This record gives sequence, C-alpha cells and structure tokens, in this order.
Amino acid sequence: MPCVLVPNTWLMPEMKKITQLPLKVSDLCFSVHKKQLLGDFNLHLDSQGVTAVMGPNGAGKSLLIRLLHGLLEPDSGIVEWNGKSLELAVRQAQAMVFQKPVLLRRSVAANIDFVLDNCVIKGNKSCRDILQEAGLYERRMQPARLLSGGEQQRLALARALATSPQILFLDEPTASIDPSATRQIEHWLAQVSDNGVKLILVTHDIGQARRLASDVIFMHRGRLSEHTPAKQFFEEPRSREAQAYLRGELVI
Amino acid sequence: MQDFSSSFALAFALIGGLDADLLEIIGLSLRVSLIAVIIAAIIGFPLGASIAVIRFPGRQAVDILLNALMGLPPVVVGLLVYMMISRAGPLGWLNILYSPTAMIIAQVILIVPIVAALTRQTIEDLHREYDEQFRSFCLPMNRVIPILIWDARYSLLTVVLAGFGRAIAEVGAVIIVGGNINHLTRMMTTSIALETSKGNLALALALGLVLMLLSLTINALVYALRASAKHLAYA
Repeated sequence: MPCVLVPNTWLMPEMKKITQLPLKVSDLCFSVHKKQLLGDFNLHLDSQGVTAVMGPNGAGKSLLIRLLHGLLEPDSGIVEWNGKSLELAVRQAQAMVFQKPVLLRRSVAANIDFVLDNCVIKGNKSCRDILQEAGLYERRMQPARLLSGGEQQRLALARALATSPQILFLDEPTASIDPSATRQIEHWLAQVSDNGVKLILVTHDIGQARRLASDVIFMHRGRLSEHTPAKQFFEEPRSREAQAYLRGELVI
Repeated sequence: MQDFSSSFALAFALIGGLDADLLEIIGLSLRVSLIAVIIAAIIGFPLGASIAVIRFPGRQAVDILLNALMGLPPVVVGLLVYMMISRAGPLGWLNILYSPTAMIIAQVILIVPIVAALTRQTIEDLHREYDEQFRSFCLPMNRVIPILIWDARYSLLTVVLAGFGRAIAEVGAVIIVGGNINHLTRMMTTSIALETSKGNLALALALGLVLMLLSLTINALVYALRASAKHLAYA
C-alpha cells in the first residue's frame, strides 16, 4: 500500500442528520416459555446524543435493544423508527456492538473489509482510515481474536461504525475490559455522538452513564420505570427503583 | 509359507526398493481417494452448512438420516453402486464398472455423509457465535453460508482429512465396483485382501505398512493443523 498523507478532515465528518428519530415504542411485549420478560413497554425517544439504558440484572435491558434493533421479534407491540417499522432499510442504518465482541476468524483488516464488502450501507472511509481511527492500523495483519479485550472491542466498534449507522446500539461494551481501555472507548463514543450518531447504550456502570448519557431509560423487571434527562435522573430520580439503584442498594 | 520375520524383511525391501507394482497401487489409491474426498467436500460442505443454518421442515429428519448414513456399511454401498452401473443397471450405458471412476463414485457416497455431518456440527457451533452479529449486519442467508464455511476453514480441513482417512482405508465398496483388476483398479486395501489370501504376505505387509504410515501422517496433520489454528485463534 502506498504511503499517503491523509488529510485531517476525515477525522471530523460533518454532522449527519438522524432521519430515523423519533423512535416510538407502543405496548411492546416479549416472553420466553410463557414467562414475560418485557411487558407493556412504551417509549418515545427523540433526543440526540447518548441514551443510557440502566437497571438491575434481568431487567430486560439487552432484550430491549435487541427488540429495537430487530434482532428479536416481539410477541406484540410496535417499534417504529420515524414512522417506519423495522424493515430492512431501517435496520441497515443501524448497528450493534455486543458485550463480547464477535470477531471473525480473520485478520484485523479483514474484519473491516468484511463489512465494507458485505454491508449495503457504508461510510466513505477506507479500511486504512478506519483502522487508524481505531488505533489498530499497526495491528492490521494480526489475527483479530488475538487482540487484547480492549482492542477487540475497539475493532468491533470501528467495524460497526464502518457501516455508517444512524443508530448505534451498545450492549455493555466496556463490561469486560479494564479502566484505561474503557476510557479510550468512552472518549471515542463521545466523539461518535458529537458527529451525529445516536447511541443507545446499555450499561451497569453508573459513572459511565453520568459521563456519557444525555438521557436515561431505567428498567425494572421488564418494565420502564422512568425515562428522564440524565441530569434529572442522577439528581432526583422519580422512580423508587432508580432511587434505590443509585444509592447503591441491591435492587432485585 | 513365509515366516513372520522374512515377510517383514521382504516388505521393507519392497518399500525401500520403490517396487514398481507397489508404487502403482499406492498411486491409484491416493488418486481415487483424493478425487473422492474433493468431490465429497464440494457436496458435503454446502449440504452440512445448509442444514446447520437454514430452518426448514424436516430438518431433524435429514439430520438423523445423515448421521445414520455415516455408518453406511461399505459393502452395501458397493453392492448398490454395482447394481446401478452394471450392464443391466440403469446407468449401465456409462460403461464404468470395474474402473477407477466407479471406485470414486462408491467412495464419494461413503464419505459425503461423514463430511456433511461433521460440517453441520462445526458450522452450527460457529453460526451460534456469529448469528446475532450477522443479523445485525443484515447479511442475507446466501452470503452467510460461504462466509461460515470460510471462517470454519481450519476445522473443515480436519473434516476433510477424516473423510480421506475413511476413503483410503476402505475395502468393501471398491473391491465390488472396482473388481481389483491388476494395473487398473488395484488399490492398497484390495491388494492386501488379495495377496493375503494368496499367501503373498510380503506385498500385503508392505502395503499395510504404507497404509498405516499414511494414516499416521494424516492424524499428525490434523493435530498440527488444530495446533496452528488454535495458535492463531482461528479455530
């Protein structure tokens, strides 16, 4: 590959318009083996920036974002992105980063090329640009699954962003990596959000939600306890579950 | 009747002297089984991967059938292929009875179920890992299967070697459809059977040793492949 000096402008793409918002969720229900895991869920989401989804284990946070992204079929209820159901074109403009990064058994660069070759929507960045942004260009020839945990998650994030999503779901992306790697990823996520990508972030980390979130969805036992702006949520949460959760009590 | 030790001595002499008959037999065996295993892979990979990935009615039945076919008795396969391609059979006009082609067909039938069943297992595990991510990428099913096959390439190579091991060591099917004709369809296994019954233990033993060496090599290859794949975290 010839060595070309890359102009700095690609670091700051212009603000994209999120045409998929608002998100409207009506009476969403989901159950497995007749056990209801998510019930009567209603939500109206129109905010830019980062929406944190919080709640104790088993509250249905991961389930919710999978339903919103169309990875799971609800039993009943409606998910509408700007009036459109979860049709292919809507889903193609979304991406998800999982708690445990799912990396192909290929090199680092091949993982990026994979989405550039296979996904319908992609940004105008080359594999090289993408890897440089992720700080992984030096490692491009290495097997992806030999990267450290933090690097693997950065690669997964870079790969998700390569599909140029309007909505990016993140399912506890930093749950299994160390604090310095977490900081890198949070820093990057803040930039991504500033560039106009809507982030919907499931997190257990109250500090992370404080640092990143503009609004918070708090869930408890498959139901929405509250959806409030982050400032208000952390200062005076409305629901009792959220109050207890923020006090550090064990909310079951 | 040769005694035990002189048989061994003669066998090593045949191998060491690169006996022409011996080489011809080994060459044919390798050629037939290699072609058979390549064809079996071309059929078995997509077949096994489809069963692993696509939900269709009767999938479980196909799965059970495939597993049952893994244990197909070679002589029965030989008999069925024989009936198909003998003069009176529906494919008699092909005129391939007692030819290497016939032996390849028999071996393909024997190892396709093995390759497909092992492929299904491998691909199913990989698919479970990749599934959500691929659905998030909105990948269409017709792209998922080749991608899974490529990402499972190391495991699938060991599947191919398992199929090759079965093919090269098999005697029942190829002796029926090949006829064990000298210089034409004589394989390692069929020669061993014949030479043993003729009392020519030296040649039989020499072939047996080569066959064992091959099988050992194949297992070593499988082991080395697994190790290197694990090293690269590609397994």
